[in-house]
Amino acid sequence: MFQIVLRRLVMSVPLVFVVTFLTFLLNSLAPGDLAQTILGADGTREQYEALRVEMGLDRPLVMQYIGWLGHTLQGDLGLSYFTKESVSSLVNARLGVSLSIMAGVLLICASVGVLLGVASALRGGWVGRAIDTLSLLGLIFPSFWLALVLISVFAVWLQWLPATGYVMFSDSPAEWFASLVLPVVSVALYSITSIAKQTRDSMNEVMGRDYIRALRACGLPESSVVWKHGLRNAALPVVTVLGLVMVAAISGTVFVERVFVLPGLGSLAVSAALNKDILLLQGVTLYFTLMTIAINLMVDLSYSWLNPKVRVS
Amino acid sequence: MSYVSRLFKRPLAVLALAWLVCLVLGAVLAVHIAPYDPLDQDLLAIKQWPSSEHWLGTDALGRDVLSRVLFGLAPTVAGVLEAVLIASCMGLSLGLTAGYFGGAWDRWVQQYVSLVQSLPNILIMLAVLAVFGQTMLPAMVTLGVLGSAGISRVIRSVTLAVREDLYIAAARICGMSDAYIITRHVVPRVVGPVIVQMSMFAAVSVIVQTGISFLGLGEPPPAPTWGGMIFEASASLNDFPWLLVPSGCVVALTILSFGLLGDSLRDASTEQWSRPSQRRRIQARRAVRPTDLPTGQVLSLRDVVITTGEGEHTRTLVHKVNLDLAPGETLGIVGESGSGKTLTSLSLMGLLPAGTQVASGTLVMGDQVIDLTNEASLSRLRGNTIGMIFQEPMAALDPCFTVGYQLAEVVRLRGSWSEAALQAKVIELLEQVKIPNAKEVAARYPHQISGGMAQRVGIARALASEPQVLLADEPTTALDVTVQAEILELLRSLSQSRHMAVILVTHDWGVVADLCDRAMVLRHGHVLESAQVLDLFQRPQHPYTQALLAANPHSATPGQVLPTVDDALMNLQGVNVQGGSA
Repeated sequence: MFQIVLRRLVMSVPLVFVVTFLTFLLNSLAPGDLAQTILGADGTREQYEALRVEMGLDRPLVMQYIGWLGHTLQGDLGLSYFTKESVSSLVNARLGVSLSIMAGVLLICASVGVLLGVASALRGGWVGRAIDTLSLLGLIFPSFWLALVLISVFAVWLQWLPATGYVMFSDSPAEWFASLVLPVVSVALYSITSIAKQTRDSMNEVMGRDYIRALRACGLPESSVVWKHGLRNAALPVVTVLGLVMVAAISGTVFVERVFVLPGLGSLAVSAALNKDILLLQGVTLYFTLMTIAINLMVDLSYSWLNPKVRVS
Repeated sequence: MSYVSRLFKRPLAVLALAWLVCLVLGAVLAVHIAPYDPLDQDLLAIKQWPSSEHWLGTDALGRDVLSRVLFGLAPTVAGVLEAVLIASCMGLSLGLTAGYFGGAWDRWVQQYVSLVQSLPNILIMLAVLAVFGQTMLPAMVTLGVLGSAGISRVIRSVTLAVREDLYIAAARICGMSDAYIITRHVVPRVVGPVIVQMSMFAAVSVIVQTGISFLGLGEPPPAPTWGGMIFEASASLNDFPWLLVPSGCVVALTILSFGLLGDSLRDASTEQWSRPSQRRRIQARRAVRPTDLPTGQVLSLRDVVITTGEGEHTRTLVHKVNLDLAPGETLGIVGESGSGKTLTSLSLMGLLPAGTQVASGTLVMGDQVIDLTNEASLSRLRGNTIGMIFQEPMAALDPCFTVGYQLAEVVRLRGSWSEAALQAKVIELLEQVKIPNAKEVAARYPHQISGGMAQRVGIARALASEPQVLLADEPTTALDVTVQAEILELLRSLSQSRHMAVILVTHDWGVVADLCDRAMVLRHGHVLESAQVLDLFQRPQHPYTQALLAANPHSATPGQVLPTVDDALMNLQGVNVQGGSA
């Protein structure tokens, strides 16, 4: 088990380098350079040269990258060009919001999505059609548009939930929960149907297997055949899709945090992009990449937990 | 091209195509057909509902919504074209070369694909937008590069399959150049999947493009973009939610059209196939005890009819089969593949495969008379008075749980057990089927034991409920010869020591001779003959039985062609061997 974790971690190291280096590379491809962008048209030649040296832009690209890497390993992600604050503290302050949304999405998908999928595998009929319709809606309407519709129905019209804003858990757990309901639902709406469809397909496949027939022949109650043996065997592909859905949910948070004005990593990334705050964007990218790696690692771990062939050997 | 004509037979695909053509026309002609300038503000007519002057109403600054939608078309169409063009060109060339040449290049391409697919794509897009400023072109180019990964993966797998085809090998042997083979023979085969992938990716690019302008990272306002319009709508959610409708609907219709087009293209390129129909529910009748029952039977079947299909497509697979089983008796059901022997045995467990159903039939077990069409009452017999073992012993065990767990599960169904007693019972069951070091085996998973061992576990599981009847569906077919003999010996000793009746479904005369007291010959769902095994071997009555016995490979002369049932039947000319109307 420990070896699996270790091997996956080692294998994901290149991903971190590639992503962060790619961002650096993009940076150097930009027309003009950052020092110029920051100074604007008013800057003098001397100011420009001084800023370049200060920011390390006069060094070769690879040296800049190695420098950034060295600082990063010590937990220092540099200063935001725009606000002059430490990138690490900016990013850390906003991590909680994004993680809360992701956790909510995971919770809803893993429970509601799987339940719907099993229901439609067993009952077919209207549950299946409802899932198909819902997934069509989720596919054709962009998530931010659906989020706006949810706001106008549940916040403006019914006034059940707040339209925008975030309340810290430590301030008021109830309001924290209320502020997260609509964002989580609008990200999860699309993901639930992917999970439900995958669950339905793999349940349909597993329920036709010989061992299911054998278990029934032994007289096991149908509930145990479906929920224990059926679902357990159907779980592997579902977990794969769950991983993909959670990586996609990272993109989802970028839009949803914008719509609901939540102070998370996604909205930080957007404002960094708007302000051309490259170091800040680099920091957020690093965090999101680490999140992706963590998701993939969890998928791998659940594989080995779910599949005895991996676990034992 | 039949492919295109098939596509045009689908009304939805035609509608989708029509909408997309309108979009392109609208993008080109926007200047001429838009009723207003998209930037013209009329502060006296803000937030108006649709009217004859403003077909889609006006926005918060009094601008005509329809005109803004029309002018938003051009950037959308251009962006989608850029992204799709790059993604399909890159995806096609990467996928084709990786699939065709394989080797190191293939491994590099696959590395690239898995790297891109594990990246949070939105962040790469944000970084590009941050670096290149708020213009769409670099963003859509990046999207195309990222999207090429998914396309190339699909193309690669199609190419891999095509490469294995004989005519490609033949072309290579004839000395044709790789470039010629790819363009002449491989590309035509991957065109279908490429078009499907392109239309799916086009739907994605519409979403991404709208998303970028929604975030304010595209063309800066007041330029009319669809995403920007959704953002503007969000500002008037409180008093004028109508603005969400036109902007959301054009986006949704466009994405839907690309999706529908992709779906129809895929369907048109694959052959039609029909799914097996769901099992039909037949109204269960009140079971009446048949009058012609011989006395002292442990189990009897009367008039079992099994059918498949519905309505006029109904075909009868098993015709009015009768069966009697005395206590302690071992009955063989013999027949070729498709003779209905397995279906008959599964029907009395209520476990027929989907698509087949019992049309009529009665099961009598002691005092119980059960209508076979009533699956609910049959399920009470399972794991109670009837046990069953299967042809593929490994496939009959759930791979996710240990052998011991699966046995304990069945034991626990009968009475309450303490954990220690449960373990002891599991070990006892395993020892009954002669498994050495049972304790160790109980802790193993199915993939850690051999096929013969798995069949022993299957037998142990069937015995857990102390059944009066054991149903064995070709229990030794999947095992090698020495293991077969051991399993047969085990079945014999268990049936004798427990006075348990066994129904053995098989096509192997050797097994019948070895184990059975009586045998029943089935063909095309009809019982042709039923007799004591000794009589059957020495004086087969039905010509088909004679033919089937003659086709036994064990009695063939070495060096001669093996006899088949058909050969033997040919030698018995002039006899009606059809055995009924099937």
